[in-house]
Amino acid sequence: MGEKVTLLVWRGDAGAGDIVEYQVEVNEGEVVLDVLHRLQATQAGDLAVRWNCKAGKCGSCSMEINGRPRLACMTRMSTFEPGEAITVTPMRTFPVIRDLVTDVSFNYAKARQIPSFSPDPSVALGEFRMQQVDVQRSQEFRKCIECYLCQNVCHVIRDHEENMPAYAGPRFLMRIAELEMHPADTADRRTIAQDEFGLGYCNITKCCTEVCPEHIKITDNALIPLKERVVGRKYDPLVWLGSKITRRGHRDTPAVPSKRDTA
Amino acid sequence: MSDIERLSYDVVVVGAGGSGLRAAIEARLAGKRTAVISKSLFGKAHTVMAEGGCAAAMGNVNPNDNWQVHFRDTMRGGKFLNNWRMAELHAKEAPERVWELEAWGAVFDRTPEGKISQRNFGGHQYPRLAHVGDRTGLEMIRTLQQKVVALQQEDARQHGDPEAMIKVFAETTITRLLKDSDAIAGAFGYIRESGRFVIFEAPAVILATGGIGKTFKISSNSWEYTGDGHALALLAGAKLLNMEFVQFHPTHMVWPLSVRGLLVTESVRGDGGVLRNSQGRRFMFDYVPDVFRDQYAETEEEADRWYADPDHNRRPPELLPRDEVARANNAEVKAGRGSPHGGVFLDIASRLPAEEILRRLPSMHHQFKELADVDITKEPMEVGPAQHYVMGGVEVDPDTGQSAVPGLFAAGEVSGGMHGSNRLGGNSLSDLLVFGRRAGIGAAEYLDRLGHKRPVVDEGQVASARAEALAPLDRAGGENPYEVHAAVQETMSSLVGIIRTEEEIKTALAELEKLRERAARVSAEGGSAYNPGWHLALDLRNIMLIADCVAQAALERQESRGGHTRNDFPQMSPEWRQVNLICSLADDRASITRQPMPSMRADLMALFERPELKKYFTEGELPPAPEETH
Ligand SMILES: Cc1cc2nc3c(=O)[nH]c(=O)nc-3n(C[C@H](O)[C@H](O)[C@H](O)COP(=O)(O)OP(=O)(O)OC[C@H]3O[C@@H](n4cnc5c(N)ncnc54)[C@H](O)[C@@H]3O)c2cc1C
Ligand code: SF4
Ligand code: SF4
Ligand code: FES
Repeated sequence: MGEKVTLLVWRGDAGAGDIVEYQVEVNEGEVVLDVLHRLQATQAGDLAVRWNCKAGKCGSCSMEINGRPRLACMTRMSTFEPGEAITVTPMRTFPVIRDLVTDVSFNYAKARQIPSFSPDPSVALGEFRMQQVDVQRSQEFRKCIECYLCQNVCHVIRDHEENMPAYAGPRFLMRIAELEMHPADTADRRTIAQDEFGLGYCNITKCCTEVCPEHIKITDNALIPLKERVVGRKYDPLVWLGSKITRRGHRDTPAVPSKRDTA
Repeated sequence: MSDIERLSYDVVVVGAGGSGLRAAIEARLAGKRTAVISKSLFGKAHTVMAEGGCAAAMGNVNPNDNWQVHFRDTMRGGKFLNNWRMAELHAKEAPERVWELEAWGAVFDRTPEGKISQRNFGGHQYPRLAHVGDRTGLEMIRTLQQKVVALQQEDARQHGDPEAMIKVFAETTITRLLKDSDAIAGAFGYIRESGRFVIFEAPAVILATGGIGKTFKISSNSWEYTGDGHALALLAGAKLLNMEFVQFHPTHMVWPLSVRGLLVTESVRGDGGVLRNSQGRRFMFDYVPDVFRDQYAETEEEADRWYADPDHNRRPPELLPRDEVARANNAEVKAGRGSPHGGVFLDIASRLPAEEILRRLPSMHHQFKELADVDITKEPMEVGPAQHYVMGGVEVDPDTGQSAVPGLFAAGEVSGGMHGSNRLGGNSLSDLLVFGRRAGIGAAEYLDRLGHKRPVVDEGQVASARAEALAPLDRAGGENPYEVHAAVQETMSSLVGIIRTEEEIKTALAELEKLRERAARVSAEGGSAYNPGWHLALDLRNIMLIADCVAQAALERQESRGGHTRNDFPQMSPEWRQVNLICSLADDRASITRQPMPSMRADLMALFERPELKKYFTEGELPPAPEETH
């Protein structure tokens, strides 16, 4: 069996908590999630960790590892110096439930406020025709695994809880951009992007892009073009199709009413 | 029992993967108040992991494709043990279900004409898999998730409450189904976050819980796959069909050890990747079985020509159904021709330009780079088989998804029959959509027939479900659930794995007997709030029960077919094709009975040539031989 590593894990719940030190075995090729699992199986059976796929595909295992927002299942132990103690804490922007698990319901509430995909209802099933180049941008954004690491790192809400009601965060501003760039969508979310979802708060620091495990260029490809779009300038002719602009006319789509959505 | 929250719904869907969400959407569209329950967060169910694509005979890439061809491929892949009615419905309805996803916002890859692109996959005669790069499952689950949200937005407008008609209960686990005499009355479970108990009172429950991968040590499946739905169904009096058929997919990462079992998508082979042994030989040419001899290339030259000209060449043998390729990989390693870490080589680097690999297989590239320091555009991958899917599952009515228990439905991987003894790649995602929708309709119609006679939850059952759930927390100093789980996995992987013998299965059954006693003594440290040790302790009951069903069925079936290979009975037997093995529960113990296979409708039988049918069917089942001409 392998070496031991010092693991400093935040343990606690909404009330209180603290860092607890453990010595855990590590084997070649392992990731942080493997080591947390070994900790669970041998020393701390009730250690709360959220995970599912262990393949970087579901976005469940988001946490902060040595202060950096990461997926535990995609962070290899070999990226740390030998003998280095590893600190594992829950995402800071969201309320803690227990140990490394946080309450991410904020994100689901935001998702529900964005007007959904609205195709032309007269297009029959199977009759959509879209070129690969025209869907490429939306596809880039749809690679999102909803790990919420970008939401966690964005300074607009990371240290400013008071901004949460007025700000959707990079993941959901990108969702708006994705729908706006969808060649078959007919709604217009530009005004609400600014007024309801707080696009103006974003000052393009790109911290979100840096932590995205899917390497989506959130700032450059979604947020900046959306900002350009909102101020009415043409940008990225590849995806801002002329036909779509005229089809939309000037009717702004309103945000979705919802009494339960209190983010 | 005031610590139990009580909720009332028309339809409760257990599972928020592809089948569960599709079922819930349909139930809500039929006007039923619907709850969707999931062990993980919304949008993260196991379906998210699916890579290659969703099979549907849309004929966008090859216009010769149609439902009959898809039906034939599915039956061949399953070695004719499939429930033919399910295979028929699946082949006919899959295209419309895929188009529906597109109308709900899915963004599939496109053909040059702007239609949904389709890719080649093992066992499919034509390019048939709608896909988005190699993250099709993510696209499917996100689309369904967003459709649920769209419906909730409609409900917010209409009822002032987005959750008036459809509500998602994430991180909630069902541990028991509740009945009113014969019929379903609801479900009992706990909320992971708080550990609080909850009862969903509902006349209709749809199981959509996925598979059983965590019964095995090396598996591509996520932690959710503890066979919960299979076990819940058994415990409620439903029957499981053909549990011996477990799919071992041929290509998974074998190194580093921590990612052993991580899937390497079949698209690598569909897009031109080939398998080689340590001597550099494309060994799949040596493993084409007789039943498939006419359909697969005999030389590398012919196989390579097929990619450009599939109408005049036969398919490369790397694209045989999964069971064949998995056995071949296993055999090469056993014969000492494996790769350094006990797999075989999968080579795409020498077959496609680097940019093309990056475009078509981005997540494979990412996965190998990040986790194994291997650049798949430059070097071959080392791959080996791992448990991947279970063909066996709840026996259901093909048209409505209803099980033997009134009000209990099942769809998706937890249901049985559709895939026979072996599932073709891409046929699961389409199965989820087709039968998820059908189960939603089935449940809605069941409710309409019930009228106002709603079954009533039995308080005695609630009390015992609660006591059962609390037992591991109340016990102190018992067995460690993690250790017992690891022991079950070890037993199943080494003794009831890809190749089986009577002796090994009997050893496994004896091991499981001992493990059952250990499982009964597990204790969980800590409290009930988000406590994974406790959760696993409760999952163990299901894992044990299902392991037992798989092992017993594997012992009973004395032939080799699809996902069940017996070294002591290596042949496929037409007599055994007529037999379905049914697992049911009596006095808390599983047992196996035989049930005759329904005979295939004549018009479907007529889709095959007699010589092919002869390889699978007994003489008596065949259509009359054509008149001899002298
Ligand atoms: C790596 C990988 C790649 C794959 N690629 C493909 C592919 O390309 N094409 C294809 O067709 N198939 C593919 N498959 C197979 C396919 O993904 C699965 O068979 C399919 O997604 C199963 O979907 P489902 O709806 O049945 O269940 P799942 O998506 O697994 O969902 C199960 C749901 O049930 C919930 N659940 C389980 N137990 C309980 C309980 N006790 N209480 C409450 N909720 C519960 C879970 O939380 C989850 O929400 C792949 C499988 C794997 C592992
Ligand atoms: S670029 Fe905008 S959204 Fe991204 S982290 Fe910076 S402020 Fe937040
Ligand atoms: S955009 Fe990237 S970082 Fe943000 S939630 Fe999606 S995958 Fe995670
Ligand atoms: S467990 Fe799914 S992303 Fe880490």
